[in-house]
Amino acid sequence: MIGLVVIAQAVGQAPVERFVNALGSGLALGAIYALLALGFVIIFKATQVVNFAHGGIAALGAYLVSYFATVSNIPGRWMGDISVTLQWTLSALVALGVMALIGIVIERITIRPMIGEPLFAVAMITLGLDLIIRTTTNDFMNNTTQGLGDPWGVKVIEIGVLRIAQTQVVTIVVLLVTSLVLAWFFKTRTGLALRATAFDQEVAMAQGISVGKVFAIAWAIGAGLAALGGIFSSVAPRGAGVDPFTALIAFRAFPAIIIGGLDSIKGAVIGGLLVGVAEVVAGTYLGGVAWLGIGFGGIVPWLLMMIVLLVRPYGLFGTPEIRRV
Amino acid sequence: MGLFPTTTKKVSIALLGVMALLLPFSALPLFGFLGDAGWMVMINRALIYAIAALGLNLLVGVAGQISLGHAFFMAVGAYTAVVLGGEAGRTVWGLGLPIWIWLPAAGVVAALVGILIAPTAVRVRGLYLAFVTLGLVFIGLFLWRNLGKVAGGPTTGRPWPKLEFALWRGMDPIVSFATDGPLWWWLTPINWLPWVHIEEMSRHAKTYFFVLVFVIVFALIAKNVMRTRVGRSWAAIRDRDIAAEVMGVAEAKGKTQAFAISSFYAGVAGAILASVVGRMIPESWNLFLSIEFVVIILIGGAGTIAGVFMGTFFVVLTPRLVEDATHWLATQVSEDGSFAWLGNLFIRSSPDDFIGIVSLEAAGPGLSIYQLNVVLFGVLIIVFLIVEPLGIYGIWIKVRNYWKGWPFTY
Repeated sequence: MIGLVVIAQAVGQAPVERFVNALGSGLALGAIYALLALGFVIIFKATQVVNFAHGGIAALGAYLVSYFATVSNIPGRWMGDISVTLQWTLSALVALGVMALIGIVIERITIRPMIGEPLFAVAMITLGLDLIIRTTTNDFMNNTTQGLGDPWGVKVIEIGVLRIAQTQVVTIVVLLVTSLVLAWFFKTRTGLALRATAFDQEVAMAQGISVGKVFAIAWAIGAGLAALGGIFSSVAPRGAGVDPFTALIAFRAFPAIIIGGLDSIKGAVIGGLLVGVAEVVAGTYLGGVAWLGIGFGGIVPWLLMMIVLLVRPYGLFGTPEIRRV
Repeated sequence: MGLFPTTTKKVSIALLGVMALLLPFSALPLFGFLGDAGWMVMINRALIYAIAALGLNLLVGVAGQISLGHAFFMAVGAYTAVVLGGEAGRTVWGLGLPIWIWLPAAGVVAALVGILIAPTAVRVRGLYLAFVTLGLVFIGLFLWRNLGKVAGGPTTGRPWPKLEFALWRGMDPIVSFATDGPLWWWLTPINWLPWVHIEEMSRHAKTYFFVLVFVIVFALIAKNVMRTRVGRSWAAIRDRDIAAEVMGVAEAKGKTQAFAISSFYAGVAGAILASVVGRMIPESWNLFLSIEFVVIILIGGAGTIAGVFMGTFFVVLTPRLVEDATHWLATQVSEDGSFAWLGNLFIRSSPDDFIGIVSLEAAGPGLSIYQLNVVLFGVLIIVFLIVEPLGIYGIWIKVRNYWKGWPFTY
């Protein structure tokens, strides 16, 4: 979809302008991927679970924002006279909190009993979760598009030749802030426990770390980040709101995760940005090439992933598995 | 070890065979309703799914290579079939060749594509492989959407060749499995049963026998592959690939074989599925189809043939049962039957009704029956994996051991 928007913009633009705009949109799209990838990688690192339900969680988070901000006005209804931006931000924060809780509940009910089972079995559980969450979320939103009521709308900022939507700037800023907060978080005591658990669960336990609590924290953070990604993938210019296709964003973020490496925080951000830029640039420059067909930009991430995996089987920054007999 | 080592197994297989013969003529005692057209369509679909699931079972259950790309290989088979066997049109390619060319070719081309993919599987391991095969599904969807000459329109698809056996193109079919017709002579003894008298066979029954032959042949091949050198080398790779290599099992060769054979199964199943359905749109070969097969294997019991069949029938037939149950509850509500309270609890009869979760209307709040089935599918995956990781096969083993050891519990 963003590819089409970019093409529409790009008609009749100078080469430099065209490239800069593609780069800007690509970074913004990449920031969404990176947010999703961060949540995914944190869950994978801490709990060794490949979370296929990430897309469903993202869509549910976006739907909750739409519900809190436009339908029930929580918590704005108790706050008196506040600006639209503040009201929306608070609603979004409440939704993120609810999503973190949902993440904890998911972990406790479906993931905790599976500790010690093969990784693939747990991955299949999250696939089942994805079906449940996605279907019920689609039902909540009546299979239609629900606007998020965000304060930025379709407003655009112009910096020189670069025309970039306000939401896209916000996305990139949010990614930056999130990365910094996470970097700080991993230095704290809880973050240290998280890193220790990621390194070796049993050894972490022997050091007195409550691994169960770490699992819960990881899922809370992961679900929250997924919801953040979901929010920014369902505002302009990507779409008019959250709809049944929002959840599919995760299937385009997966290549980013793999390219960066399943267990690398740094890889998640770099992989996400790389894939976003690659997708939009390919959409801009190859969108008009007839023999490549419609929607080539959409599979560029997957092709990129396969090439990267052939060269580096564990992604760019992933830890190679130590193989013992 | 023999194929069917014990007398019990021989007897139960023979019994199953007799039941399979009686089923399409509504001649099964108590289960006669399975011969109805509606159920036969479902059973045929289950049998076709079983072929694909047998293939995936060899790859995932025996060789331990996680694949979410089965739908892709099925699509390759189906599109090979339609290009070779379909009718050429203004917008689509088609050679109109007979079934004995397009069906084997569907399997062979899918197998060749599987061999092309295999080097990636040798290089990439475990969950990374799951993502590579996941990528195949999306790349495949892109291809089918854009290759209009092969796949037809994105929303209309194109008609597939029927299951008809003709010698060459343009000739009248010798045997047609897709049209109603007289009872085949070798089935006439069925009229000796006192409660059966039939002259005609529905096209569903014919399709059933066609697919059944393939299922039996493919199941025997799978069973034999598993107990020969090739299958044992796959099991060694699954259990510990480095150890297998140390023992002289060629890892790359084993993985390539597994991918090729599994894709062959998928290709044949995809071609038959598309032919029986009649018309497929490109979107049909999506990730959900792949997931269904992985779930069939996990619910049935990975690495076992019996498990594959149990899983297939469970996964394919449960939606039908859910649908029937929901309609039954709806009639209970409308006729004020003795289970009306359950129906009221379960079905959302009006938009203001807050309690029910299922609505029978197409639009509005409340899950549709299709959505309910998807949710139940998800719940089933989770419950099965948590409660019984060995699947239905595991339950069967427990039941069997209980009776074996009776009256002792150990």
